[in-house]
Amino acid sequence: MNHFIKKAVADIRSNKFLNMITIVTIALSILIVSMFVLFFENTGRLIESWNKGGRIMIYLKHDFTQEMLPQLQNQIKDAGDVESMVYIPKSQALEELKHSLNSRSTFLETLTENPLPDAVEIRTKSHNNFETIRKTAQLIKDLNMVEDVEYGEKWLGKFLKIFNLFKITGYAMCSLFFLISLFITANTIRLAFYSRKNEIEIMRLVGATESFIKAPFYVEGILQGFFGGLTGVLILLISFLIVSPGITENLSSSLYLEIKFLSFQMIMLIIACSTLLGWFGCYISLKQILK
Amino acid sequence: MKTAQQAIKIISGFHSFFMPAVYRCFRGYSSKTMNRTNDRHSTIRMFNVSKRFGGKPALRNISLDIDQGEFVFITGHSGAGKSTLLKILYLAEKASEGQIIINGMNIARVSSSKLPMLRRRFGIVFQDFKLIPTKTVYDNVALVLEAGGEKPSYIFKKVKQVLRITGMEKKIHALPPTLSGGEQQRVAVARAVVGEPAIIFADEPTGSLDPSSARAVLDLLVKYHNKGTTVLVASHNMHLMESSLNSRNIELSEGRLRQNSVMTPDRINRPL
Repeated sequence: MNHFIKKAVADIRSNKFLNMITIVTIALSILIVSMFVLFFENTGRLIESWNKGGRIMIYLKHDFTQEMLPQLQNQIKDAGDVESMVYIPKSQALEELKHSLNSRSTFLETLTENPLPDAVEIRTKSHNNFETIRKTAQLIKDLNMVEDVEYGEKWLGKFLKIFNLFKITGYAMCSLFFLISLFITANTIRLAFYSRKNEIEIMRLVGATESFIKAPFYVEGILQGFFGGLTGVLILLISFLIVSPGITENLSSSLYLEIKFLSFQMIMLIIACSTLLGWFGCYISLKQILK
Repeated sequence: MKTAQQAIKIISGFHSFFMPAVYRCFRGYSSKTMNRTNDRHSTIRMFNVSKRFGGKPALRNISLDIDQGEFVFITGHSGAGKSTLLKILYLAEKASEGQIIINGMNIARVSSSKLPMLRRRFGIVFQDFKLIPTKTVYDNVALVLEAGGEKPSYIFKKVKQVLRITGMEKKIHALPPTLSGGEQQRVAVARAVVGEPAIIFADEPTGSLDPSSARAVLDLLVKYHNKGTTVLVASHNMHLMESSLNSRNIELSEGRLRQNSVMTPDRINRPL
Protein backbone atom coordinates (compact mmCIF):
# COMPACT_ATOMS: atom_id res chain seq x y z
CA MET A 1 0.00 0.00 0.00
CA ASN A 2 2.86 2.30 0.91
CA HIS A 3 4.32 1.68 -2.56
CA PHE A 4 1.05 2.69 -4.26
CA ILE A 5 0.68 5.86 -2.16
CA LYS A 6 4.29 6.85 -2.91
CA LYS A 7 3.74 6.19 -6.60
CA ALA A 8 0.47 8.13 -6.67
CA VAL A 9 2.10 11.11 -4.91
CA ALA A 10 5.00 10.97 -7.36
CA ASP A 11 2.54 10.91 -10.26
CA ILE A 12 0.62 13.87 -8.85
CA ARG A 13 3.93 15.74 -8.54
CA SER A 14 4.92 14.94 -12.10
CA ASN A 15 1.53 16.15 -13.39
CA LYS A 16 1.15 19.10 -11.01
CA PHE A 17 -0.89 21.37 -13.25
CA LEU A 18 -3.41 18.76 -14.32
CA ASN A 19 -3.89 17.50 -10.78
CA MET A 20 -4.17 21.03 -9.44
CA ILE A 21 -6.96 21.78 -11.94
CA THR A 22 -8.79 18.62 -10.85
CA ILE A 23 -8.42 19.37 -7.15
CA VAL A 24 -9.58 22.98 -7.67
CA THR A 25 -12.60 21.80 -9.70
CA ILE A 26 -13.56 19.28 -7.03
CA ALA A 27 -12.98 21.94 -4.35
CA LEU A 28 -15.29 24.42 -6.11
CA SER A 29 -17.98 21.79 -6.56
CA ILE A 30 -17.70 20.78 -2.92
CA LEU A 31 -17.79 24.47 -1.95
CA ILE A 32 -21.09 24.96 -3.79
CA VAL A 33 -22.55 21.75 -2.39
CA SER A 34 -21.39 22.67 1.14
CA MET A 35 -22.91 26.15 0.78
CA PHE A 36 -26.27 24.58 0.02
CA VAL A 37 -25.91 22.18 2.93
CA LEU A 38 -24.98 25.07 5.23
CA PHE A 39 -28.00 27.05 4.05
CA PHE A 40 -30.33 24.08 4.47
CA GLU A 41 -28.99 23.22 7.92
CA ASN A 42 -29.46 26.78 9.23
CA THR A 43 -32.82 27.30 7.53
CA GLY A 44 -34.02 23.99 8.91
CA ARG A 45 -33.07 25.06 12.42
CA LEU A 46 -34.78 28.42 11.84
CA ILE A 47 -38.02 26.76 10.77
CA GLU A 48 -37.80 24.43 13.73
CA SER A 49 -37.35 27.34 16.10
CA TRP A 50 -40.22 29.29 14.54
CA ASN A 51 -42.53 26.37 14.87
CA LYS A 52 -41.10 25.30 18.20
CA GLY A 53 -43.36 23.04 20.19
CA GLY A 54 -45.93 22.80 17.41
CA ARG A 55 -47.97 25.65 18.93
CA ILE A 56 -51.64 26.06 17.92
CA MET A 57 -53.77 28.95 19.16
CA ILE A 58 -57.52 28.21 19.32
CA TYR A 59 -59.81 31.24 19.36
CA LEU A 60 -63.24 30.46 20.80
CA LYS A 61 -66.65 31.85 19.84
CA HIS A 62 -68.02 34.85 21.74
CA ASP A 63 -70.86 32.80 23.27
CA PHE A 64 -68.31 30.43 24.88
CA THR A 65 -68.64 30.11 28.66
CA GLN A 66 -66.29 28.54 31.22
CA GLU A 67 -68.85 25.76 31.83
CA MET A 68 -68.22 24.50 28.31
CA LEU A 69 -64.47 24.17 28.95
CA PRO A 70 -64.34 20.48 30.12
CA GLN A 71 -66.36 19.42 27.06
CA LEU A 72 -64.07 21.45 24.79
CA GLN A 73 -60.96 19.97 26.38
CA ASN A 74 -62.26 16.45 25.72
CA GLN A 75 -63.04 17.30 22.11
CA ILE A 76 -59.56 18.77 21.60
CA LYS A 77 -57.95 15.68 23.16
CA ASP A 78 -59.96 13.52 20.78
CA ALA A 79 -58.36 15.37 17.88
CA GLY A 80 -55.14 13.58 18.94
CA ASP A 81 -51.50 14.66 18.86
CA VAL A 82 -52.08 17.10 21.77
CA GLU A 83 -49.31 17.26 24.35
CA SER A 84 -50.47 20.13 26.59
CA MET A 85 -53.33 22.56 26.77
CA VAL A 86 -53.70 25.98 28.47
CA TYR A 87 -56.95 27.93 28.67
CA ILE A 88 -56.54 31.70 28.32
CA PRO A 89 -59.67 33.66 29.28
CA LYS A 90 -60.26 36.88 27.39
CA SER A 91 -59.64 38.96 30.53
CA GLN A 92 -56.17 37.42 30.90
CA ALA A 93 -55.52 37.94 27.22
CA LEU A 94 -56.35 41.62 27.54
CA GLU A 95 -54.06 41.99 30.55
CA GLU A 96 -51.24 40.34 28.67
CA LEU A 97 -51.84 42.62 25.70
CA LYS A 98 -51.72 45.68 27.95
CA HIS A 99 -48.52 44.37 29.52
CA SER A 100 -46.85 43.80 26.17
CA LEU A 101 -47.88 47.21 24.81
CA ASN A 102 -46.62 48.84 27.99
CA SER A 103 -46.92 52.68 27.80
CA ARG A 104 -48.72 52.50 24.47
CA SER A 105 -51.66 50.67 26.05
CA THR A 106 -53.59 53.77 27.15
CA PHE A 107 -55.95 53.56 24.18
CA LEU A 108 -57.16 50.23 25.57
CA GLU A 109 -58.64 52.11 28.58
CA THR A 110 -61.23 53.60 26.25
CA LEU A 111 -62.70 50.20 25.42
CA THR A 112 -66.19 49.62 26.85
CA GLU A 113 -65.99 45.88 26.49
CA ASN A 114 -63.20 43.30 25.93
CA PRO A 115 -62.97 42.63 22.16
CA LEU A 116 -60.65 39.66 22.56
CA PRO A 117 -61.99 36.12 22.43
CA ASP A 118 -61.33 33.35 24.95
CA ALA A 119 -58.50 31.14 23.71
CA VAL A 120 -56.81 27.82 24.25
CA GLU A 121 -53.13 27.36 23.54
CA ILE A 122 -52.09 23.80 22.75
CA ARG A 123 -48.77 22.16 21.94
CA THR A 124 -48.71 19.17 19.65
CA LYS A 125 -46.62 16.04 20.12
CA SER A 126 -45.17 16.14 16.61
CA HIS A 127 -43.25 19.37 17.05
CA ASN A 128 -41.52 19.51 13.69
CA ASN A 129 -44.02 17.93 11.38
CA PHE A 130 -45.93 20.74 9.76
CA GLU A 131 -48.37 18.43 7.99
CA THR A 132 -49.48 16.72 11.24
CA ILE A 133 -49.91 20.09 12.91
CA ARG A 134 -52.00 21.24 9.96
CA LYS A 135 -54.26 18.18 10.18
CA THR A 136 -54.74 18.54 13.96
CA ALA A 137 -55.52 22.23 13.54
CA GLN A 138 -58.08 21.44 10.85
CA LEU A 139 -59.87 18.93 13.12
CA ILE A 140 -60.00 21.45 15.95
CA LYS A 141 -61.24 24.20 13.64
CA ASP A 142 -64.27 22.07 12.76
CA LEU A 143 -65.43 21.97 16.40
CA ASN A 144 -68.63 23.94 17.25
CA MET A 145 -67.14 26.13 19.97
CA VAL A 146 -64.10 27.12 17.88
CA GLU A 147 -64.09 30.38 15.91
CA ASP A 148 -60.62 30.10 14.40
CA VAL A 149 -57.25 28.45 14.80
CA GLU A 150 -53.81 29.84 14.09
CA TYR A 151 -50.59 27.91 13.74
CA GLY A 152 -48.62 30.11 11.37
CA GLU A 153 -50.09 28.36 8.36
CA LYS A 154 -50.31 31.51 6.30
CA TRP A 155 -46.65 32.42 6.35
CA LEU A 156 -45.03 29.15 7.47
CA GLY A 157 -46.76 27.15 4.74
CA LYS A 158 -45.63 29.59 2.07
CA PHE A 159 -42.14 29.70 3.53
CA LEU A 160 -41.93 25.91 3.53
CA LYS A 161 -43.03 25.81 -0.10
CA ILE A 162 -40.25 28.24 -1.05
CA PHE A 163 -37.81 26.34 1.14
CA ASN A 164 -38.71 23.06 -0.56
CA LEU A 165 -38.27 24.69 -3.96
CA PHE A 166 -34.82 25.83 -2.82
CA LYS A 167 -34.11 22.30 -1.66
CA ILE A 168 -35.01 20.79 -5.04
CA THR A 169 -32.92 23.42 -6.84
CA GLY A 170 -30.11 22.73 -4.39
CA TYR A 171 -30.24 18.99 -4.98
CA ALA A 172 -30.25 19.53 -8.76
CA MET A 173 -27.29 21.93 -8.55
CA CYS A 174 -25.37 19.60 -6.22
CA SER A 175 -25.94 16.66 -8.58
CA LEU A 176 -24.82 18.75 -11.52
CA PHE A 177 -21.62 19.88 -9.82
CA PHE A 178 -20.92 16.36 -8.63
CA LEU A 179 -21.30 15.13 -12.20
CA ILE A 180 -18.95 17.84 -13.50
CA SER A 181 -16.37 16.88 -10.87
CA LEU A 182 -16.81 13.23 -11.71
CA PHE A 183 -16.15 13.78 -15.40
CA ILE A 184 -13.16 16.02 -14.75
CA THR A 185 -11.64 13.48 -12.34
CA ALA A 186 -12.27 10.70 -14.84
CA ASN A 187 -10.67 12.77 -17.58
CA THR A 188 -7.60 13.56 -15.48
CA ILE A 189 -7.11 9.89 -14.71
CA ARG A 190 -7.55 9.08 -18.39
CA LEU A 191 -4.89 11.66 -19.35
CA ALA A 192 -2.58 10.34 -16.62
CA PHE A 193 -3.12 6.83 -17.92
CA TYR A 194 -2.31 7.79 -21.51
CA SER A 195 0.74 9.79 -20.45
CA ARG A 196 2.05 6.64 -18.79
CA LYS A 197 1.01 4.24 -21.53
CA ASN A 198 4.60 3.10 -22.22
CA GLU A 199 5.23 2.62 -18.54
CA ILE A 200 2.07 0.52 -18.24
CA GLU A 201 3.07 -1.57 -21.24
CA ILE A 202 6.46 -2.22 -19.63
CA MET A 203 4.80 -3.09 -16.33
CA ARG A 204 2.55 -5.59 -18.08
CA LEU A 205 5.52 -7.18 -19.84
CA VAL A 206 7.45 -7.62 -16.59
CA GLY A 207 4.49 -9.45 -15.06
CA ALA A 208 2.59 -6.77 -13.21
CA THR A 209 -1.02 -7.71 -12.52
CA GLU A 210 -3.88 -5.44 -13.57
CA SER A 211 -4.57 -4.55 -9.94
CA PHE A 212 -0.88 -3.62 -9.46
CA ILE A 213 -1.15 -1.30 -12.48
CA LYS A 214 -4.51 0.18 -11.50
CA ALA A 215 -3.88 0.69 -7.78
CA PRO A 216 -1.79 3.91 -8.08
CA PHE A 217 -4.51 5.45 -10.29
CA TYR A 218 -7.13 4.65 -7.68
CA VAL A 219 -4.95 6.14 -4.95
CA GLU A 220 -4.49 9.21 -7.15
CA GLY A 221 -8.26 9.57 -7.65
CA ILE A 222 -8.92 9.10 -3.94
CA LEU A 223 -6.26 11.69 -3.01
CA GLN A 224 -7.69 14.16 -5.54
CA GLY A 225 -11.18 13.66 -4.12
CA PHE A 226 -9.99 13.94 -0.52
CA PHE A 227 -7.90 17.08 -1.00
CA GLY A 228 -10.58 18.62 -3.24
CA GLY A 229 -13.20 18.03 -0.54
CA LEU A 230 -10.93 19.30 2.22
CA THR A 231 -10.06 22.44 0.25
CA GLY A 232 -13.74 23.11 -0.54
CA VAL A 233 -14.76 22.81 3.12
CA LEU A 234 -11.80 24.97 4.22
CA ILE A 235 -12.74 27.72 1.74
CA LEU A 236 -16.30 27.60 3.07
CA LEU A 237 -15.07 27.78 6.69
CA ILE A 238 -12.86 30.80 5.96
CA SER A 239 -15.71 32.54 4.07
CA PHE A 240 -18.09 31.69 6.92
CA LEU A 241 -15.75 33.13 9.55
CA ILE A 242 -15.46 36.33 7.53
CA VAL A 243 -19.14 36.75 6.59
CA SER A 244 -21.11 35.24 9.48
CA PRO A 245 -20.45 37.97 12.12
CA GLY A 246 -22.03 40.53 9.75
CA ILE A 247 -25.07 38.32 9.07
CA THR A 248 -25.58 37.54 12.75
CA GLU A 249 -25.35 41.25 13.64
CA ASN A 250 -27.91 42.27 11.00
CA LEU A 251 -30.39 39.45 11.29
CA SER A 252 -30.12 38.11 14.84
CA SER A 253 -32.71 40.59 16.18
CA SER A 254 -35.33 39.43 13.67
CA LEU A 255 -34.34 35.75 13.34
CA TYR A 256 -33.66 34.93 17.00
CA LEU A 257 -31.15 32.42 15.74
CA GLU A 258 -27.40 32.01 15.82
CA ILE A 259 -26.01 30.98 12.41
CA LYS A 260 -23.83 27.90 12.84
CA PHE A 261 -21.21 26.24 10.63
CA LEU A 262 -21.63 22.67 9.41
CA SER A 263 -21.62 19.97 12.05
CA PHE A 264 -18.53 17.75 12.37
CA GLN A 265 -20.48 14.75 11.07
CA MET A 266 -21.63 16.73 8.04
CA ILE A 267 -18.03 17.86 7.29
CA MET A 268 -16.86 14.24 7.49
CA LEU A 269 -19.73 13.15 5.25
CA ILE A 270 -18.91 15.80 2.62
CA ILE A 271 -15.20 14.87 2.58
CA ALA A 272 -16.10 11.16 2.41
CA CYS A 273 -18.45 11.84 -0.53
CA SER A 274 -15.73 13.84 -2.27
CA THR A 275 -13.20 11.01 -1.74
CA LEU A 276 -15.73 8.54 -3.08
CA LEU A 277 -16.24 10.83 -6.07
CA GLY A 278 -12.49 10.72 -6.81
CA TRP A 279 -12.50 6.94 -6.58
CA PHE A 280 -15.58 6.63 -8.79
CA GLY A 281 -14.14 8.97 -11.42
CA CYS A 282 -11.08 6.75 -11.55
CA TYR A 283 -13.21 3.62 -11.68
CA ILE A 284 -15.28 4.69 -14.69
CA SER A 285 -12.19 5.97 -16.49
CA LEU A 286 -10.19 2.75 -16.05
CA LYS A 287 -13.22 0.62 -16.79
CA GLN A 288 -13.57 2.40 -20.13
CA ILE A 289 -9.85 2.33 -21.01
CA LEU A 290 -9.19 -1.28 -20.04
CA LYS A 291 -12.40 -2.85 -21.35
CA MET B 1 15.96 -42.17 -50.03
CA LYS B 2 12.41 -41.23 -51.04
CA THR B 3 11.00 -43.70 -48.50
CA ALA B 4 13.17 -42.19 -45.78
CA GLN B 5 11.93 -38.70 -46.65
CA GLN B 6 8.31 -39.92 -46.60
CA ALA B 7 8.88 -41.55 -43.21
CA ILE B 8 10.27 -38.30 -41.84
CA LYS B 9 7.24 -36.42 -43.21
CA ILE B 10 4.82 -38.87 -41.57
CA ILE B 11 6.63 -38.71 -38.23
CA SER B 12 6.79 -34.94 -38.37
CA GLY B 13 3.07 -34.76 -39.27
CA PHE B 14 2.22 -37.10 -36.38
CA HIS B 15 4.27 -34.96 -34.03
CA SER B 16 2.62 -31.71 -35.17
CA PHE B 17 -0.85 -33.19 -35.01
CA PHE B 18 -0.80 -35.08 -31.74
CA MET B 19 1.69 -33.27 -29.51
CA PRO B 20 -0.47 -30.16 -28.95
CA ALA B 21 -3.24 -32.45 -27.77
CA VAL B 22 -0.81 -34.20 -25.41
CA TYR B 23 0.36 -30.91 -23.99
CA ARG B 24 -3.18 -29.61 -23.62
CA CYS B 25 -3.56 -31.81 -20.58
CA PHE B 26 -0.94 -29.66 -18.85
CA ARG B 27 -3.13 -26.57 -18.93
CA GLY B 28 -4.55 -27.21 -15.48
CA TYR B 29 -1.14 -26.92 -13.81
CA SER B 30 -1.21 -25.06 -10.52
CA SER B 31 1.24 -22.22 -9.95
CA LYS B 32 3.29 -24.39 -7.59
CA THR B 33 3.57 -27.09 -10.24
CA MET B 34 4.50 -24.46 -12.78
CA ASN B 35 7.29 -23.01 -10.66
CA ARG B 36 8.63 -26.44 -9.92
CA THR B 37 8.54 -27.24 -13.64
CA ASN B 38 10.39 -23.98 -14.36
CA ASP B 39 13.18 -25.00 -12.08
CA ARG B 40 13.77 -28.20 -14.00
CA HIS B 41 12.59 -27.87 -17.63
CA SER B 42 12.34 -24.40 -19.12
CA THR B 43 11.39 -25.70 -22.52
CA ILE B 44 9.61 -24.06 -25.41
CA ARG B 45 7.68 -26.11 -27.96
CA MET B 46 6.04 -24.59 -31.02
CA PHE B 47 3.68 -26.52 -33.28
CA ASN B 48 2.81 -25.05 -36.69
CA VAL B 49 2.67 -21.53 -35.38
CA SER B 50 1.52 -18.85 -37.78
CA LYS B 51 0.86 -15.18 -37.29
CA ARG B 52 -0.95 -12.79 -39.58
CA PHE B 53 -1.31 -9.05 -39.32
CA GLY B 54 -4.42 -7.98 -41.21
CA GLY B 55 -4.22 -10.98 -43.51
CA LYS B 56 -0.51 -10.47 -44.19
CA PRO B 57 1.50 -13.43 -42.89
CA ALA B 58 4.38 -12.61 -40.53
CA LEU B 59 5.11 -16.20 -39.45
CA ARG B 60 4.23 -19.39 -41.34
CA ASN B 61 4.04 -22.85 -39.81
CA ILE B 62 6.92 -22.54 -37.38
CA SER B 63 7.58 -25.72 -35.42
CA LEU B 64 10.56 -25.97 -33.11
CA ASP B 65 11.73 -27.14 -29.70
CA ILE B 66 14.06 -25.21 -27.39
CA ASP B 67 15.43 -27.01 -24.38
CA GLN B 68 16.37 -25.67 -20.99
CA GLY B 69 19.70 -23.89 -20.85
CA GLU B 70 20.03 -23.36 -24.59
CA PHE B 71 21.41 -20.16 -26.09
CA VAL B 72 19.43 -19.51 -29.25
CA PHE B 73 19.97 -16.86 -31.86
CA ILE B 74 17.00 -16.02 -34.05
CA THR B 75 18.36 -14.45 -37.18
CA GLY B 76 17.07 -13.19 -40.48
CA HIS B 77 16.67 -10.02 -42.46
CA SER B 78 14.39 -7.19 -41.48
CA GLY B 79 10.79 -8.33 -41.73
CA ALA B 80 11.75 -12.00 -41.49
CA GLY B 81 9.58 -12.42 -38.39
CA LYS B 82 12.23 -12.48 -35.61
CA SER B 83 10.55 -9.93 -33.38
CA THR B 84 7.10 -11.37 -34.06
CA LEU B 85 8.33 -14.80 -32.99
CA LEU B 86 9.76 -13.40 -29.77
CA LYS B 87 6.65 -11.30 -29.09
CA ILE B 88 4.49 -14.40 -29.38
CA LEU B 89 6.79 -16.25 -27.01
CA TYR B 90 6.88 -13.53 -24.37
CA LEU B 91 3.08 -13.14 -24.69
CA ALA B 92 2.97 -9.65 -26.18
CA GLU B 93 1.20 -11.06 -29.26
CA LYS B 94 -1.10 -14.01 -29.84
CA ALA B 95 -0.45 -16.62 -32.51
CA SER B 96 -3.07 -16.75 -35.26
CA GLU B 97 -2.66 -20.52 -35.57
CA GLY B 98 -0.74 -23.33 -33.91
CA GLN B 99 0.14 -24.26 -30.36
CA ILE B 100 2.91 -23.07 -28.05
CA ILE B 101 3.91 -24.89 -24.92
CA ILE B 102 6.14 -23.08 -22.46
CA ASN B 103 7.18 -24.89 -19.30
CA GLY B 104 4.46 -27.42 -19.90
CA MET B 105 1.73 -24.80 -20.26
CA ASN B 106 -0.23 -24.27 -23.43
CA ILE B 107 -0.06 -20.49 -23.51
CA ALA B 108 -3.18 -20.13 -25.65
CA ARG B 109 -5.11 -21.62 -22.76
CA VAL B 110 -3.57 -19.60 -19.97
CA SER B 111 -6.24 -17.36 -18.46
CA SER B 112 -5.58 -13.62 -18.49
CA SER B 113 -5.39 -13.65 -14.68
CA LYS B 114 -2.47 -16.11 -14.83
CA LEU B 115 -0.58 -14.28 -17.60
CA PRO B 116 1.31 -11.95 -15.21
CA MET B 117 2.51 -14.95 -13.21
CA LEU B 118 3.81 -16.60 -16.37
CA ARG B 119 5.43 -13.38 -17.58
CA ARG B 120 7.35 -13.13 -14.32
CA ARG B 121 9.19 -16.27 -15.39
CA PHE B 122 10.52 -14.33 -18.41
CA GLY B 123 13.15 -11.65 -18.69
CA ILE B 124 12.82 -9.33 -21.68
CA VAL B 125 15.45 -7.06 -23.24
CA PHE B 126 14.37 -4.67 -25.98
CA GLN B 127 16.35 -2.90 -28.65
CA ASP B 128 15.01 0.46 -27.47
CA PHE B 129 15.61 -0.56 -23.80
CA LYS B 130 12.06 0.37 -22.74
CA LEU B 131 13.20 1.86 -19.47
CA ILE B 132 10.85 4.21 -17.63
CA PRO B 133 12.56 7.60 -18.06
CA THR B 134 11.08 9.13 -14.90
CA LYS B 135 12.29 6.32 -12.66
CA THR B 136 15.82 5.82 -11.40
CA VAL B 137 17.94 2.85 -12.41
CA TYR B 138 17.09 1.24 -9.06
CA ASP B 139 13.32 1.77 -9.51
CA ASN B 140 13.38 0.44 -13.07
CA VAL B 141 15.04 -2.78 -11.98
CA ALA B 142 13.02 -3.07 -8.75
CA LEU B 143 9.74 -2.84 -10.69
CA VAL B 144 9.89 -6.52 -11.63
CA LEU B 145 10.19 -7.63 -8.01
CA GLU B 146 7.60 -5.10 -6.81
CA ALA B 147 5.16 -6.47 -9.37
CA GLY B 148 5.88 -9.91 -7.98
CA GLY B 149 5.01 -8.73 -4.47
CA GLU B 150 8.49 -9.27 -3.00
CA LYS B 151 9.47 -7.73 0.34
CA PRO B 152 11.29 -4.36 0.17
CA SER B 153 14.34 -5.72 2.02
CA TYR B 154 14.70 -8.55 -0.51
CA ILE B 155 14.14 -6.15 -3.42
CA PHE B 156 16.88 -3.82 -2.16
CA LYS B 157 19.37 -6.66 -1.70
CA LYS B 158 18.58 -8.33 -5.02
CA VAL B 159 18.58 -5.14 -7.12
CA LYS B 160 21.95 -4.07 -5.70
CA GLN B 161 23.37 -7.51 -6.41
CA VAL B 162 22.18 -7.53 -10.02
CA LEU B 163 23.37 -3.97 -10.63
CA ARG B 164 26.79 -4.97 -9.29
CA ILE B 165 26.94 -7.89 -11.74
CA THR B 166 25.88 -5.69 -14.66
CA GLY B 167 28.33 -2.97 -13.63
CA MET B 168 25.66 -0.36 -13.01
CA GLU B 169 25.90 -0.13 -9.22
CA LYS B 170 27.44 3.34 -9.32
CA LYS B 171 24.55 4.66 -11.43
CA ILE B 172 21.87 3.31 -9.12
CA HIS B 173 20.21 6.72 -8.61
CA ALA B 174 20.64 7.94 -12.18
CA LEU B 175 17.71 8.48 -14.51
CA PRO B 176 17.83 6.52 -17.80
CA PRO B 177 18.02 9.59 -20.10
CA THR B 178 21.32 10.56 -18.43
CA LEU B 179 22.90 7.20 -19.33
CA SER B 180 24.61 6.12 -22.56
CA GLY B 181 22.96 3.54 -24.83
CA GLY B 182 25.25 0.77 -23.57
CA GLU B 183 24.54 1.66 -19.95
CA GLN B 184 20.80 1.75 -20.57
CA GLN B 185 20.92 -1.67 -22.16
CA ARG B 186 22.88 -3.02 -19.18
CA VAL B 187 20.12 -1.67 -16.92
CA ALA B 188 17.59 -3.39 -19.19
CA VAL B 189 19.53 -6.64 -18.82
CA ALA B 190 19.59 -6.13 -15.04
CA ARG B 191 15.81 -5.69 -15.11
CA ALA B 192 15.46 -8.81 -17.22
CA VAL B 193 17.51 -11.00 -14.88
CA VAL B 194 16.57 -9.64 -11.46
CA GLY B 195 13.55 -11.92 -11.17
CA GLU B 196 15.74 -14.97 -11.88
CA PRO B 197 13.74 -15.85 -14.99
CA ALA B 198 13.70 -19.26 -16.60
CA ILE B 199 13.94 -17.70 -20.06
CA ILE B 200 15.45 -14.43 -21.28
CA PHE B 201 14.10 -12.97 -24.51
CA ALA B 202 16.31 -10.33 -26.10
CA ASP B 203 14.93 -8.54 -29.14
CA GLU B 204 17.85 -6.93 -31.03
CA PRO B 205 19.61 -6.15 -27.73
CA THR B 206 22.68 -4.76 -29.47
CA GLY B 207 20.90 -3.12 -32.39
CA SER B 208 21.52 0.44 -31.26
CA LEU B 209 24.87 -0.07 -29.51
CA ASP B 210 28.50 0.40 -30.51
CA PRO B 211 30.57 -2.81 -30.88
CA SER B 212 32.16 -2.71 -27.41
CA SER B 213 28.81 -2.01 -25.66
CA ALA B 214 27.21 -4.75 -27.77
CA ARG B 215 29.93 -7.18 -26.68
CA ALA B 216 29.44 -6.20 -23.02
CA VAL B 217 25.68 -6.77 -23.21
CA LEU B 218 26.14 -10.12 -24.94
CA ASP B 219 28.71 -11.14 -22.29
CA LEU B 220 26.09 -10.44 -19.63
CA LEU B 221 23.57 -12.62 -21.42
CA VAL B 222 26.18 -15.38 -21.75
CA LYS B 223 26.97 -15.03 -18.04
CA TYR B 224 23.32 -15.71 -17.15
CA HIS B 225 23.13 -18.47 -19.76
CA ASN B 226 26.07 -20.15 -18.03
CA LYS B 227 24.02 -20.16 -14.83
CA GLY B 228 21.42 -22.30 -16.61
CA THR B 229 19.02 -19.70 -18.00
CA THR B 230 17.58 -20.28 -21.46
CA VAL B 231 18.38 -17.27 -23.67
CA LEU B 232 16.72 -16.35 -26.97
CA VAL B 233 18.28 -13.49 -28.87
CA ALA B 234 16.76 -12.04 -32.02
CA SER B 235 19.51 -10.35 -33.97
CA HIS B 236 20.74 -9.67 -37.47
CA ASN B 237 24.26 -9.10 -36.16
CA MET B 238 26.06 -12.22 -37.46
CA HIS B 239 29.34 -11.22 -35.75
CA LEU B 240 27.73 -11.63 -32.35
CA MET B 241 26.50 -15.06 -33.31
CA GLU B 242 29.84 -16.19 -34.67
CA SER B 243 31.57 -15.21 -31.45
CA SER B 244 29.07 -17.17 -29.34
CA LEU B 245 29.91 -20.76 -30.10
CA ASN B 246 27.79 -23.69 -28.97
CA SER B 247 24.69 -21.59 -29.46
CA ARG B 248 21.87 -22.46 -31.80
CA ASN B 249 20.87 -20.42 -34.80
CA ILE B 250 17.28 -20.33 -35.96
CA GLU B 251 17.14 -18.47 -39.21
CA LEU B 252 13.88 -17.05 -40.47
CA SER B 253 13.10 -15.85 -43.94
CA GLU B 254 9.78 -14.27 -44.86
CA GLY B 255 8.19 -15.79 -41.78
CA ARG B 256 9.41 -19.32 -42.55
CA LEU B 257 11.95 -21.39 -40.66
CA ARG B 258 14.89 -21.52 -43.03
CA GLN B 259 17.65 -23.03 -40.92
CA ASN B 260 17.92 -24.62 -37.47
CA SER B 261 21.58 -25.26 -36.73
CA VAL B 262 24.18 -25.47 -33.94
CA MET B 263 27.42 -23.52 -34.08
CA THR B 264 30.46 -25.51 -32.94
CA PRO B 265 34.14 -24.59 -33.04
CA ASP B 266 34.73 -26.91 -35.99
CA ARG B 267 31.70 -25.86 -37.97
CA ILE B 268 29.50 -22.86 -37.78
CA ASN B 269 25.87 -23.38 -38.81
CA ARG B 270 25.90 -27.17 -38.67
CA PRO B 271 22.30 -28.20 -39.48
CA LEU B 272 20.44 -30.11 -36.75
